[in-house]
Parts: sequence; structure tokens; C-alpha cells
Amino acid sequence: MSSTSTPIDDLLRGSLDHCVKCTICETQCPVSNVTPLFPGPKYAGPQAERYRVGDEPSVEWSVDYCSGCGICSQACPQGVKIAEINAQARHKLKRQNGIPLRDRIITRPTWLGRAGTPVAPLANFTLGFKPLRALGEKTLGVHRNGPAPKFAGRRFSKWARGRSGPVSGRRIVYFHGCGTEYYEPWEGQKVVEILEHNGFRVEVPKQDCCGLPLQSSGLFDDARKVVLRLARALAPHVREDPETIIVGNATSCTLMLKREAREILGLEDDLDLKLVSERTYDICELLLLLHDRGELKTDFKPVSERVAYHAPCQQQGHYIGKPALELLALIPGLEVTEMNARCCGIAGTYGLKAEKYDIAMAVGAELFGQVRDSGASTVACDSETCRWQITHGTGLGSVHPIDFLHRAYGL
Amino acid sequence: MRGELHYDAVVIGAGTAGLVAGARLAESGAHVCVLAKGIGSTHLAPGTIDVLGYAPDRVASPREALSELVAARPDHPYALIGLDTVDHALAWFESCVGAGPLAGYRYVGRFEHNHLLPTAVGALRPSTLVPETMVAGDASAPEPVCVVGSRALRDFHPALCAANLTRAGIAARAVEVDIDVSRADENALGLARRFDDPAWRAGFAARLALKLQADERVGLPAMLGARDPGGAWSDLEHRLGRRVFEIPTLPPSVPGMRLYEILRSALRRAGGRLILGAEVVDAERSGSRVSAVLARTGGHDTRYAAPSFVLAAGGFASGAIELDSRWITHERVLGLPLRGVPAPEQPRFLGDYLAEQPMSRVGVAVDGDLRAEGADNVLVAGAALGGAVPWRELSGEGIALASGFRVAELAGAGAAATTGAAA
Repeated sequence: MSSTSTPIDDLLRGSLDHCVKCTICETQCPVSNVTPLFPGPKYAGPQAERYRVGDEPSVEWSVDYCSGCGICSQACPQGVKIAEINAQARHKLKRQNGIPLRDRIITRPTWLGRAGTPVAPLANFTLGFKPLRALGEKTLGVHRNGPAPKFAGRRFSKWARGRSGPVSGRRIVYFHGCGTEYYEPWEGQKVVEILEHNGFRVEVPKQDCCGLPLQSSGLFDDARKVVLRLARALAPHVREDPETIIVGNATSCTLMLKREAREILGLEDDLDLKLVSERTYDICELLLLLHDRGELKTDFKPVSERVAYHAPCQQQGHYIGKPALELLALIPGLEVTEMNARCCGIAGTYGLKAEKYDIAMAVGAELFGQVRDSGASTVACDSETCRWQITHGTGLGSVHPIDFLHRAYGL
Repeated sequence: MRGELHYDAVVIGAGTAGLVAGARLAESGAHVCVLAKGIGSTHLAPGTIDVLGYAPDRVASPREALSELVAARPDHPYALIGLDTVDHALAWFESCVGAGPLAGYRYVGRFEHNHLLPTAVGALRPSTLVPETMVAGDASAPEPVCVVGSRALRDFHPALCAANLTRAGIAARAVEVDIDVSRADENALGLARRFDDPAWRAGFAARLALKLQADERVGLPAMLGARDPGGAWSDLEHRLGRRVFEIPTLPPSVPGMRLYEILRSALRRAGGRLILGAEVVDAERSGSRVSAVLARTGGHDTRYAAPSFVLAAGGFASGAIELDSRWITHERVLGLPLRGVPAPEQPRFLGDYLAEQPMSRVGVAVDGDLRAEGADNVLVAGAALGGAVPWRELSGEGIALASGFRVAELAGAGAAATTGAAA
């Protein structure tokens, strides 16, 4: 084993011995099903891992085309940590071959957000200006058509600081993530208003990125620094009171805090991260738990609309099913169709990369077709990058499922 | 704050038994959640419902052979399930396929009759309820067989299949058709996706037609469509002007994936939840009842509480029952007592690999109502049940379907009784 291995590395790597080569992961992999460039999770994971020895050079390069969606690990009946093994292999490959400048840039939502927000009109113009995007593709390798979000020009945290919420109620800590902070601050406002409507007093600590984009691009050292900084920022808010939890609407970022940072980055021993991991909930997970306890207000007004719901891969990685579907079913008049395609293709920053854009669009094609066939006017989806991709692929507007709850509450 | 959800019934396992139990419970109006560590055996099995193939000779009528079997073997799962339930379960399943997501895809068969269908190596396998796309492979059909393969699918050898069919008295020959794939090889699922495309299918049919002789029926590896198998199969029959049948392949099994989709959507249609990746890691007991199970949800576990539980997590193959390095057998999910374990001084395994291995009859100890010993509100279905040797009997899917169906009746009745008592 490599001198850098940790007990969690050994645990992940050890799980490959449970692989019985049944091919169930291969039936589920969205990427290998559309491109021969990635031969599949079983091949790149449990099989190729046997040839990745310590610090010796990697002999298998296709794992760079794994999008890290994690569906393989979820489907595996033997508990093999396929996606996690592949994430580590990708990191090793990056260390060996060097990290492109592009991957250093697009994995830093905090830098991008801080730079873009004050000059949002100019930044948005640049990101929408075809000749500049073509140049960006040639020089950086960011695909000209990759779905880039628009800077909101204002920050969620500024809105949160500038308002006075209720002074009483159950404390809850809100982790908003970078998508809400820089691109969709209105989503965060809705989360806060829904929580307050249900009797919570929402605390919004100062916070930055969770490190997921860095991790999924194989930049582990930077990802560790970033996620531990976030853990240090959040942990003090929940340490004293065992009843206080952290809730987030960025489902891939909450998954990073819950599980991925600990498992993939080998941070199992960090006490702050462990505390944060145990206390973090996805917003729909929390609302469904409240509903089960009879504590969710259900004063929903009818919303007559037809909506297609897609559960993103990272949301499925929470292993909580599809709580958004149960919640949307509470809204009178709302006609919800569950999509049955695996992945939209974007996988965070994967579909922005010039060499992977076409693969991401091919992965998404099945979902886009189902959305169009459903006759829905809007798509609900728990992850922001997936929403941007779905809108890019279908032309339909896409929102977080809580948007409908917010509307139905009449907030 | 605690992650806790309440259901009328929680099913553990998403193979055939678990999905059938979940779907039936949901159809009866229960609030149901199916928890599974991953996808079950459906994706690996041929997708046929084999009720009873050998007892020990080849079975022509499963209904007749089963009456004898359950009389002689009161501990066999079928004896606990009952023959009427098998009959009802088969009928329910057929209707479930009809109402399912694969339009034009049907299952064909009767409890009184086994089809005799070729395997990928050209052996003949007795099977009761099978996809219509396989029926023309039956040994009783008069036409000679043309087994079609392609170098693109390396795990299927048409010449081997045809040679063994010929040895079994069925005139057969093999041909290969070129399929252009962009990777070194392709599995049946990758090819099935191509067969979903009518234009691609037409091209394939045109190339194949040139190689066929007038009176032949055509056997192809089971890859005729993932999303639209009914359409792909009937279109191919129409284009080739003859009967076409699918032969089950090595995993991944396309007909097995269709079966999963049919059962999964039956569960969803009835309002049941399915949570994949949620491995059950612990259980809470109160006296002789299980009050809740804890499932892994990353960071914190979630507690699923219910008045009744169905254990359908499989047997040795899925890892739900294990034999550890100290030669002790365990049921790993709920820690339930097992039966059929050879005594310490008795042999556990025999030298002949395909013999009836002593360990093979191990299963969760249950009473006549499939209730786990020592856990009054846990019912057991599928491969977790001991007393059968599915790979010799060819009974695995039949036991899974019928026991899943039966535990849903029993759990529903149990829940109703509890509610009635409370009222």
C-alpha cells in the first residue's frame, strides 16, 4: 500500500474483494452506456484497482471519464465502494499527469462567485457571449455550450444578514452552499421562509465552499483544506446542543458533508467534520421527517401545474429515496411525474469540460426525452448544476422542489 | 432531532421477493417502504418464472409435481406457501406485466405446464411463466433452429448452443451477423439499446435475412430491446417473416432488468417507496417483536419503524446469510435463527460440486405462516427461506414470487388484526 494510505483508504480498497463481477453496476452506469471511452465502473474500479499499486504509475486512464455520479455504489448489492475507489484513482491520475488550469479554475465556486458578483452584468455577458466562449474552449477547455449559471449580482448571505427573523423557535443551522450564495439567492430565501413558517429560528453562519468540485476533479489536497474550513465554520453552531441540526438545499454539497468528504478524502478522523456529517440533513429529507412526526404545516393552497421530477444522482447518494416526491404529493392540484432516467449528465463540472460535454449531453438525452414526453411545464430537481443542465437540454425552466412548497404555502 | 420514519410495513430487499411483497402490500393500501443495500438478483437471472423444473426428474406439470413435493416435504417453502397461492401469484404477475411500463411485452405460461427452452449453451431448461419473446424456442416446436450470434457479444457462442441443441434432438445450426460496435466488445444490454431503435433494427434484420433458410426459426441472445422489447421482438418477427425467440445470456440479463422494471413500477404505481443503497445495519427489538430497523443514510442512520417487517434480503448468494471463518452461519440483517444448518460433526460440503450440498438447505427458521422464529412480526420471503435447492429444482423465481405474494397477504392480515385490536 501507498505510504499515504489511511484506514479509510484500506476500507474502500478492501471492499473490492466483495466484487463478484455480477455486472449490476455496469447496467446502471450512465457514462459507459453512451461512450466507449469509459469501459464501466467494474472495469475501472474493482478490476483495475488491482493494478494500482502504491505510488507506482497508474496503468489505467479511462477512470478520468468516470463522472463520479455514484450510481454504481448505490446499485451494488455487495457493498463495493466502486465510485469511491474510482474517485481515489482519479486523484492519483491527476497527481501523476498534472492538473489542467481549467480544473483549478472551475472547481472554485467561491473565487468565481466573489469575482463575478460585483460585476455580474459584465460577467454574465461574457459567459453568454459566443466568441468569448469559443475562445474559452480553445484556451481553457471549457466547452462553449456548457451550461454556465448566471451571477445573481447579489449574495444570499447579505440578504440573510440584513433581515431580522423570528426571535423564538427551534434553532436550525442553514448551509446554503455556493449555488445559493452567488447564483440563486432566492432559493435560500425560500428555504429560510419555509423553515420559519414551520417554527424554526434559522441561523446562517459565515461559510464557504464544501470542496466537492475540487474533490470530483481529483484535487484532493485542496478539497481537504476547503471542506475542513467549512466544518470548522459549522461545527461550533451545533456542538453545544444535540438537538440542533444543519440543513441544506444543495443536495450534492450536503452529501459531501455527510459522507463523501469522510469516505473519499479520508477525513474519517476529523471530529468537526464528523459532528457536521452526523448533523447534516437535506432539506427535503428534513421536511419529510417533520411530516412523519406530524410537525410539518400542510396549509398548502392548490398549485395547478404539471411538473416533472428528477432525483439527481447525488441526491440518490443520500440513500433516503425520493422525499421530494412525497412532499410534492402533499400539494393539491400539482401533477407530478417521476422521471425514470438515471442522470442528467452534468455531474457537477464534468459536462462543462470540452472533452466531456458531448458525453454529458448523450447521458442526459434519455432524461431530456422523458421530460419532453411528460408534457410538464417545469422540472423540479434537487441539485443546481443538474437544473442548469436540464434547462440547457430541454429549454424548460427548472426549480428546486421546495419552490413548489413555498408557492403552495403562499409565502 | 432524529431521523425516523413510520410505515405500515418495511420490506428489506429489492429482488423479486421483496418487490412483489412491497407491491402487493402497497396495492392493499399499506404505507410501504422497501429498503435495499443494492439491486437484487433480477439483473442476473434469466427473467423467467421457474416454478419447478426438476423433482428430481424433469417436471412437465409444476402443479402436479408440486402436490407430490409438498406432501413429501412439509418443510419445503412451497409447502408453507400453498399451491393456491402459487396459482394466484402467477395470475397476479401476468396482470402486473400487462399494466406495466413495457407496452406489448407479455409473459406466457400456465401452472400446469413447463416450457422447455434453450439456454445459452444449448441445454433445455424447464420454465413455467416466460416472456413471450422466448416461447418460440420451445423444444416441441417443429421448425429447425438457427442460432444467431455476433462477435460483438463475446459471451454468447452460437455454435456451442446449436451443437448442443442438435445433440438434444433439435435440428440447429449457427450463424454470425456483424454488429459494428465502437468498443472491444459489448454486453447484451448495450446491444439491447440498439434494438430499441427501429432503424438500426431494420438494418440488422436485412443483414440477418440473407443468412436464413426457408423454414427456420431464429434464436437470438436475449437482447431484443431494453425499453421496447415487445415492439422490437414483434418487429423482428415481422421483418424476418418467421418466429424469433430470445435465449437468456450471461449477466447482465436484459429480460431480468425488464422484470425488475415491471415490479419496481408496480410498487411505485401503488404508492410504495423504494430506497436503494439503504443498507439495514441494525434492528431494535421490543420483546419478541422488531420495532424498527436502522438503515445507513450517510452521516446519520435513519430509523424505519413499522408494525410489520418482511425480510427478503436473499440467502448465501446475496451475503444476507453467511458462513464465517469459524464455520458459524449467521443471518446478517436481523440476526434471526437459522434452520437446516448441518450439525458440527456432519459434513457441510461434498466433493461433488453439483451434488446436493448439505449447506444448501440452510435458511431462516420460520413457522407455517412464514413468520421468523423469535420475531413475531417478521415474515420471510425468497432465498432467505431454507429447505429448497433452487438451482437443482429450478424453483428460485417461483418461490420468490409466491412467497413475496404470500407474506404480503399475511402481513396485511397481521396489520389489520393489530389495527382491529387497537380499535
